[in-house]
Amino acid sequence: MIAPLLHVTGLSKRFGGFVALNDVSLQVAPGERLGLIGPNGSGKSTLVNCMSGTLVNDRGRVQFDGRVLDGLPPHRRAYLGLARSFQLPRPFSSLSVRDNMRIPLLYTAAVRAGRQRAENEIRERTEELLRVVGLIDKADARPIDLTQVDMRKLELARAMAADPKLLIADEAMAGLSNAEVDDILGLLMRLNAQGISIILIEHIMKAVMAFSQRLVVLVSGNKIADGAPSEVIRNDHVVRAYLGQ
Amino acid sequence: MTSATAVENPGRKVQAQIGTPMFAALATGVAVLFYVALALIGNEYLYFSGYVVLQFVVMATAWNILGGYCGYVNFGSAAFFAMGAYSTVCIYSIGTEYARSGVGKILGAIPPPVLVPLLIAFAGIIAGLVGLGMGYLTLRLRGVFFSIATLALSVVLQTLVVNWDFVGGSRGAYVIRPNEFPLLPGGFIAYLFVLMLLLVVVALTLARGIERSRLGFGFTAIRDDELAAEAAGVPTLRLKLIATTVSGALMGMAGASFPYYIGYLQPNSAFGLEYAVNAIAMPMVGGTQSWVGPLVGALLLGSFQQWATVTISSVLNLLIVGLVLIFFVIVAPNGIVGLVREWRRKRVLRKAVRP
Repeated sequence: MIAPLLHVTGLSKRFGGFVALNDVSLQVAPGERLGLIGPNGSGKSTLVNCMSGTLVNDRGRVQFDGRVLDGLPPHRRAYLGLARSFQLPRPFSSLSVRDNMRIPLLYTAAVRAGRQRAENEIRERTEELLRVVGLIDKADARPIDLTQVDMRKLELARAMAADPKLLIADEAMAGLSNAEVDDILGLLMRLNAQGISIILIEHIMKAVMAFSQRLVVLVSGNKIADGAPSEVIRNDHVVRAYLGQ
Repeated sequence: MTSATAVENPGRKVQAQIGTPMFAALATGVAVLFYVALALIGNEYLYFSGYVVLQFVVMATAWNILGGYCGYVNFGSAAFFAMGAYSTVCIYSIGTEYARSGVGKILGAIPPPVLVPLLIAFAGIIAGLVGLGMGYLTLRLRGVFFSIATLALSVVLQTLVVNWDFVGGSRGAYVIRPNEFPLLPGGFIAYLFVLMLLLVVVALTLARGIERSRLGFGFTAIRDDELAAEAAGVPTLRLKLIATTVSGALMGMAGASFPYYIGYLQPNSAFGLEYAVNAIAMPMVGGTQSWVGPLVGALLLGSFQQWATVTISSVLNLLIVGLVLIFFVIVAPNGIVGLVREWRRKRVLRKAVRP
């Protein structure tokens, strides 16, 4: 078996007396598409935050690309190739769409490439990425003038600008129409085809099933299933967690 | 040369592509013209009031580097200003109190025209270090909590100075300003004015340079959304520390020559409310998103205060500033620069609709 790109072992996180994550372990192989599902409050976002460094886990270890990430701030993890999009889009509201792209290009992408891009290279790369996500016509708009789906595209484009090895898409499709979901899903598939591993956190089962090669289920901070999507959704524990008994 | 700077400092938009060295040269030119104009008028009072206005330009620009660019509101500007002033008093006192021993003898022997620029540099280092320290202690706090911490710093430092006899304690300290300065018409006060003018050029060049650089984009990202900035690779803590250091250093430098200007420095005047209030009000009124805002705000409010001091009342000054600030926060939250930009944008749009 090839060495995993992301290797999470025994991750635990408490908020006061509330156990948000309890001894969660999971692996992501290079180029893999992993779906992460679970009811609201099951700890999905906490897991994402611990992996990306926004939160500090109490116990356990996160390894990425052969390196232990514990203690590294989020920007250092981004430099190693771990990118994330936020559940609620968080654009830089005083910058145009174009200049929003400039931030990861000036920082993460520059560190990852080992050099600073020239101004015309930044423009080219920005336009290339905006074309991929279909935002090129709105390059000079302010984030406040964007629709929900465009805002999510910007969020993904910004994550892509960092040239990641692994992209964690935290509910990138929540609240979108069917056609828009397909739009974003196609985008993620194209990214994956370029060799980027993707963790998709999503409630829309149709999208998760179509996208994932493997499915991980979290319930109340515990991992209760991990395997092929078709098997996982037949799992008794999963059915019980989602439908009650 | 020009192309090299264009690569290092990617312009925010297609704005006039003037490199930083060119801007510094232009600003120096304007400063020289300004000085010559005052010298031709030949009224010494203009140096006295002009000095104060310029000092506020530096304070406002310095505040804006942290407050406007990064979005961290510093209520403790007066502490940094006072730190600059008191570092001067401290060195001055060493020169007079220990005039016979080693260090004091050397300090006492330096002629004031040489000493003052050195004191400004020294104050910059001290205030910069305190800025860095304050950053380490407080920058994990966000929003209002950070602001309250800076206010506390101001109170702590004032208490320290009040109880430190060597720099005059609560009584205050005299710093004797020589009357004459042979090279410039207008005497020593004109010299202080020129030094402050130079500091304005330095501060504006720095602020503008930051704004158009990678650092400036990082600052903007921090202001807009710190979490997203980290995720995009911006080392937020380091950048905020740079901002507190640069901002603090400039404020300290603005205060360094103040004891020479005023002649008699008291804790109450050095830590005066007017510095904290003006340093916030001026960028807010002018506009916090570009270097032009603090400049415009400080020139307008500063000149107005100088005028009001002699015509209306020196006490009512701050009240008026407060009212103007409230007016702007409600009516034009992006300041004068914001109003002008908005107006320009609308004009362009109108043209696009009706060619």
